[in-house]
This record gives sequence, C-alpha cells and structure tokens, in this order.
Amino acid sequence: MNFVVGILFSGIAMIILILIPWVGVGAFDLRLVFGIIVPYLALATFFVGIVLRVINWARSPVPFRIPTTAGQQWSLPWIKPNRIDNPKGTGGVVVRMIFEVLLFRSLFRNTRLEFRKGPKITYEWEKWLWLAALVFHYSFLVIFLRHFRFFLDPVPAFIHILERLDGFLQMGPLPVSGLGVPEVYITDMLLLLALLYLFLRRLYVHQTRYISLPADYFPLFLLLTLGLTGVLMRYFLRVDLTAVKELAIGLVKFHPKVPEGIGVIFYIHLFMLCTLIAYFPFSKLVHMAGIFLSPTRNLSNNSRFVRHINPWNYPVKVHTYEEYEDEFRDKMIEAGLPVEKMPEKAEEGAGAKEEEEKKE
Amino acid sequence: MSDLPKPEDLAKVKHLPPIWKGWMRTPVEIRSGIYCYGSKPANLEYVGMPNPREWSPVDEDWKLPDNWKQIFLDGLRERLEKFRSLKIFMDICVRCGACADKCHFFIGSGDPRNMPVLRAELLRSIYRKEYTTAGKILGRFAGAREMTYQVLKELWYYFFQCTECRRCSLFCPYGIDTAEITILGRELLNLLGLNTDWISAPVANCYRTGNHLGIQPHAYKDMIDFFVDDIEEITGVRLNPSFNRKGAEILFITPSGDVFADPGTYTCMGYLMLFHYLENLGLDLTWSTFASEGGNFGYFTSHEMAKRLNAKMYAEAKRLGVKWILGGECGHMWRVINQYMDTFNGPADFLEEPVSPITGTKFENAKTTKMVHITEFTADLIKQNKLKLDPSRNDNLVVTFHDSCNPARGMGLLEEPRYIIKNTCNHFYEMPDTTIREQTFCCGSGAGLNAGENMELRMRGGLPRANAVKYVHEKYGVNMMACICAIDRAALPTLMEYWVPEVGITGVHELVGNALILEGEKERKTDLRGEPLPGMEEEEEEENV
Repeated sequence: MNFVVGILFSGIAMIILILIPWVGVGAFDLRLVFGIIVPYLALATFFVGIVLRVINWARSPVPFRIPTTAGQQWSLPWIKPNRIDNPKGTGGVVVRMIFEVLLFRSLFRNTRLEFRKGPKITYEWEKWLWLAALVFHYSFLVIFLRHFRFFLDPVPAFIHILERLDGFLQMGPLPVSGLGVPEVYITDMLLLLALLYLFLRRLYVHQTRYISLPADYFPLFLLLTLGLTGVLMRYFLRVDLTAVKELAIGLVKFHPKVPEGIGVIFYIHLFMLCTLIAYFPFSKLVHMAGIFLSPTRNLSNNSRFVRHINPWNYPVKVHTYEEYEDEFRDKMIEAGLPVEKMPEKAEEGAGAKEEEEKKE
Repeated sequence: MSDLPKPEDLAKVKHLPPIWKGWMRTPVEIRSGIYCYGSKPANLEYVGMPNPREWSPVDEDWKLPDNWKQIFLDGLRERLEKFRSLKIFMDICVRCGACADKCHFFIGSGDPRNMPVLRAELLRSIYRKEYTTAGKILGRFAGAREMTYQVLKELWYYFFQCTECRRCSLFCPYGIDTAEITILGRELLNLLGLNTDWISAPVANCYRTGNHLGIQPHAYKDMIDFFVDDIEEITGVRLNPSFNRKGAEILFITPSGDVFADPGTYTCMGYLMLFHYLENLGLDLTWSTFASEGGNFGYFTSHEMAKRLNAKMYAEAKRLGVKWILGGECGHMWRVINQYMDTFNGPADFLEEPVSPITGTKFENAKTTKMVHITEFTADLIKQNKLKLDPSRNDNLVVTFHDSCNPARGMGLLEEPRYIIKNTCNHFYEMPDTTIREQTFCCGSGAGLNAGENMELRMRGGLPRANAVKYVHEKYGVNMMACICAIDRAALPTLMEYWVPEVGITGVHELVGNALILEGEKERKTDLRGEPLPGMEEEEEEENV
C-alpha cells in the first residue's frame, strides 16, 4: 500500500466520522445519542478493552530474563556499573522505567544515518522525533487535565494553576473574532504543531513513509480533528460553556441530561474523543500500557545471580556423556584421555545405559 | 564468492524505498550471495528436527508437509501464549521509524525489509490477519495479510538476514527487540524443517561430539597439544593442560572456533599460557572434550535446541565434580549464559559460588549461574597485580576494541575487556561513540550467518562496523581490532580484508598471551603468530612492567 492510499483511506474514514455527529445532531437532533449514549459506550469500551488487553498480555509468562543492557554490568567492585541502563535490581528498573515513560529515554538516543560517497557513514544528531513526541504527549496530558474544570464542581485549585501557567502567554485580542478572546493556551498550539510535525515527518522521511499504515495516519488525523475542533470552539465558534459543564457533570454523576443550546461543533469534538478512547484498546495506541510490560525494559539484568524461573520449562532430550563416551571410548583411551568405563566393562554397562534412555 | 562485487560497487547503497509500490505488493526474490543453503536431512535427523529432506531455498517447491500453514499458525499461537515478549511486540509498535536506520543490514543493503520495523511487520501482518478483528475485516488496510507460500519464503529470507544483535531494541521507545522476533520466527520455520545448513550442521555436530566443528575427543586434545608445541617453540616453556580431569576446581569452556582456526587459535594459546602461569599460584583447571563448545547454534534454531545443547555445560561440571565454570571469549555464548542458562538447566546447586583461587575475589554477579567470564577473571588478576605483563611486546599493534553485540546488549560486559587491553597494549583507540559499547555494530555474520555462500550479505552487514574501523585506521593508524567473540574472530578478518585490508583481528587473550611473562621463558623473538616482536632489546628488563 502506498502512502496516498493510506492517507486517503484514513482521511475518508475521518470525514465519515466527522459527518456522523454533524448529521446526527445537526439534522436529526440526536443529542441524547451523541451526548450521552455514545460517551458511555466509548468509556465502557475503553475500560473493558484496556483491562482485557492487559490481562491478555499478562496471561503469557516471561520465560526468560531478556533486558536490553545499555550500560556496564555490575561485576567487579572497582568497575563502576550503570545502575539505570543496566539495572541489577528493582530500584534501577524503576528509575529506568520512569526515564522511559516520562522522558522517552530510548527515543532520546536516536541518531540519523548519513551515508555519503566513499562510503563515509556517520550517525548524526537527531532529537526532533523525541522532541515532537514529548511535546505532543505532555501537551495532551495538560489539555486532558485542564478539561477537568468541566467535570468537577468546584474546580480544584491545581486546575486553575495549570490554566494560569498554560495561558501565561497573553496574546491579547485576536483580530478575527474581536475582543473578549480568552488567553491562548500554549499547549493547544504545541499539540497541533507536534501532530503536524509527526504527520509531515511520516511523509517526508523515506523509511517511515514506506512502513506507514492507515492505522498510523488515522490516529494522527483523529487527534488533529479533536484538537482543531477544540481550538475552534474556544477561539472562534464559541459554545455555551455553562451548558457544556452541565452535560459533563451529569455524565460524571450518572444523572445524564442534555441541555439545550450547545452547538454542533461541540458534538463533533465529543464524538472525536469518544472515537479515540473506543479505538484506543484495539490499536497501536495501547503502547501506553504496553511499555510497562516490555520485557527488555522492565527486567533487571540479574539472571546470573538470581535464578529466573520459566513456568513452562520442560525436560528435553540431551546427548549424555555416557553416550558420548560409548561412541568415542577407544579413541579417548588411545589419546590418553580419562574414561568412565574401560572397554571390557562397557559391555556390562550397556544395559544400564538403555534403562537410562528409557527414563528420558 | 567469485561473483562478490567490488567494495566500491557494494558501497553504493541507496536508502530510498520505492515511493509508489508498497512492500506487501512487492514480491521477494531470493538472491544468491544473500541466502544460506538449506539444511541437509542428516543434520536434522540426528537431532530429531521435523521434515528432514533435500531442499534448496531457490527451488520453487520447498517440499513442505501439506498442512504447513496449520503447523506454522499453531506454532505462532503456542508461542504467543508462552512468550509475553512476542504478544507485546506484535501489539505495540507505532512504526515511528526510530529503528529503521539502526540496523547494519539496512545500512549496508538499503533493502527496506531489513529495517527492523519491517522485518517485524512481516510477521505482524500474519498475526493481525489471524488474531485481530480489524485485520480479519480490513485486510491490507489494517496491515494484515494472508499466510501464503510466498509469505513463508519471505519470512525465511529475512529472518536469516538478522543477526539478533539487538541494536534496534536499544533505540526502540518500547524496547521492541527484533532479536526476539527473529528467534521465535526461526523457531516457527524450524517446525517445517526450514533451517540453514550453516546452523543445522553445527547443531548436529555439537549434539554428537560436544562442539560445533565436530572435533572428536582425541582430535581436540591433539589440537591443543599442537598449541602447546607452538608455545614451547616461542617461549621455551612447556605447558601441561589437562582434559576431562575429575576433581579439578574449575572447568574451562570456550567456543571450539578457538581451537580450530586462526586467529582464534592465538586466543586459545593466550588462555593456555595464562592458565599455566596461574598454576603455580594455585589454579586447578581442566578442559573438557565433551563440554568443548561455548557457543550455541541451537540458540539460532529454537529455545528448545538451545537448552539441549547448553545442558552439556552443567552436566559435565557435575560429572567432573568441579566447583565452578570459567567461560572463554564468545558473544552469543554469553547471552545464553547470562540470560538463559540458569533458567534452562539450573539450578546448579552442585557447584559453588565462584571465587578466584588466586585473588580470593568472589564473583558475586555469578552467584547462581556459577560461571565467570574470562575477562572478568583476568581483569581481576591484573587489578590485584597478579600478572607480570610486558605490554611493549604488543607495541607493533595500534589497537581498537569491537564490542560484540551479545556481551554488550545482552550482558553489559564493556569495561572488563577494555581494562585488559589497556594493561596489555600501549596503543589503544576507541572507535566513534555511536559505534561502540551499547551502540556497537554487529560483525554482520552473527546468529549463524557466517557462511561462505552469503558473502555479499556479510560484507553489506559488516559495512557499518568496517567503516568505523576505517575511521580509526586513518585517524590513529589502528592496525588491529580486538574482540571477545569467536564468530567475530572467524568473520571479521574476511570483513577487514574486504573493506579495510590493513587491519587484523585478535582476541583479547591473545594480547594477554603476548604480554604475559612466563616463569623461565626464553627471550621471545616472535609473538604468538610467529611474527617478529618489536623492541626486542628492551624486553629483557622484566622489572619495568
């Protein structure tokens, strides 16, 4: 599949997904469906899906201890071990995992191949992917947390602080929608920029363009639409926020009701979110949960001094020393190598050997 | 080998995958120079592997059982249930591409299927078709595809173009390890009798004679005796190594490549000299003709075969009644010992926690496995000032060090060999940071790919390594690369000859052997290779070391 087909497929899916709530609410006034039923269904799908997925992963054992060691092992007392990248115990693993999950440590190692004539091969500085990934994830987190102001009443102080910090960059009134525009959230801008970069990078870098599937473009489009509808609502097509909050709190308190007068744009935004969370457990987005279970990262490199058990370890057929000596005894004796049985005794021993074989 | 292109032609690599035609629609052609010959029936039969028959990878018909697809898919299901790693790695890749240009085979060949992510997608696409709803309904649009005969050939071709070096797993934000996928992929292929003979022959040999090369006990002893003669000629000291000796304190196991072919043989001579030197200090060590293989080509076949071959180490240690095991310089051998051996064949409760008989150092990091790496052992000796060394005997060498993939990324043995090199050589230079330690590049011939018929693949895969060597060769005049891996010692000389002809390959313990001053030795005129020593006059002053 080439990238055009992939983008078209995801793009068309995206357009359909936008049209569903647009037509549903705009033409048929199905506010109950898109305001209450779909969100609950999506949430249920998300939680059940994620739990089942993780249980399914956890059901398979970790037979071998296979951490990727990225630094000096713990060996002789005077050699300084790298306790984080080559952890010897749980403490090191925890720190390593924190670095992975919060700072994307492995991605930070990234380099870019430069293959010049000669050949002259070098591995150049390349932190843009890491940066964009970090910016995207943290912006999303902050935006997610900021949204709690709709679900909680009274709004906790930390959310106000977060809003204040996020909005410190006062842009002043925007020319397009006149006065009274709220402060611009930095994370809104960063999220869209990061997503745009990740999309363009996918197309621009030959390797990623070649490997990209519709399942790679689709989440990007979904997140972009989610972000854009949010930005539209906040800065341009204002909706009745009091009504939105009423709906949100109703959902949280399991007394759902759909107030009048919320614009269609809100339902599109909400539907994008519902699609995202329902899609989550069945897509590559499960990397969020999977990283915690990745055996090359979450295990310590201690299998030489702490025994690791394989729950399905089973006996295997081996070639015993006795069989070996039986085959080579004469040659061994001739070469002056010690043997267990001298030739005349070997005859008697043959019976015992057969019995041993039967046991196996 | 005759149709191996010239280096300047092979070096013209394009890293530009087709723009319009997707990989699923691009058929694979199994090309000479890239693939290894198929396994011979006798070698599969000997160890009881399925489907032994004469076959060739370039044949249309691979002579598979009728239900081959079922066998493969059942095998995949079984492994998903047994290995969490496989399940996770099938599910969580986001195709960010961070791994793409990290693979030595992709760098050297430009073949997009050699991007680790795509190598894994070859199998992932089958997984999606069989196990995910989206894959079943949407097919190609969900990155899923049917398991067909062509797909099977593609899997075979590319799982035998991966050396399981784990460099990609270092850069993956989720730690997805292509080595794990290749190992399990090869396991599935082996259910159908689809191994390469370069792997299945050593496996059968190792099962029967104890070592990959099929060296029988008397011949093994002969070969070592031959080294003893050589050493006597060079140093005037007669060594007396022992074999299969019950009651020794330590059993020594090293890859059979070390006793078989240059330059590994010089490393072996280094071990012998070191052990002889330590005898007076209290070393009580035996070699074994039965546990005469450190490496494990079973590991390139299946987990079960790895376990079957590995079992010999503990079995022989138990039979001989030794206290612990010392292991020689080898790459994948040490990944197996570090990450698998105790789990496979332990607990080794009949052995004792290893303690150096010379320095009294407890090797706490080998507490349950009871097996110590020889560079750990020797580094400790040097640190405790137990060895009389004359590094100037290696003054004709300008040395760099190649971290072998497995000790680097499957163990973390980075400083020990460097410490030894720095104490046995006066001229040591590192290659660029992005090509050593945990970021080291593979020799291009690991995981059973060091055959002759796939020379083009090997030269391509080794290009990133060779290029880094060339850099230090031109900058510092490096003329010798040290390594701690028997496959390296077998594969790298060919690689150097092709890309950087002025650089030789040595094991770390060859350097030790040259520098070590044996008691009662005569004035050495040559090194272990029989080449004249530098600075002969000064060498007499033993106090100066």
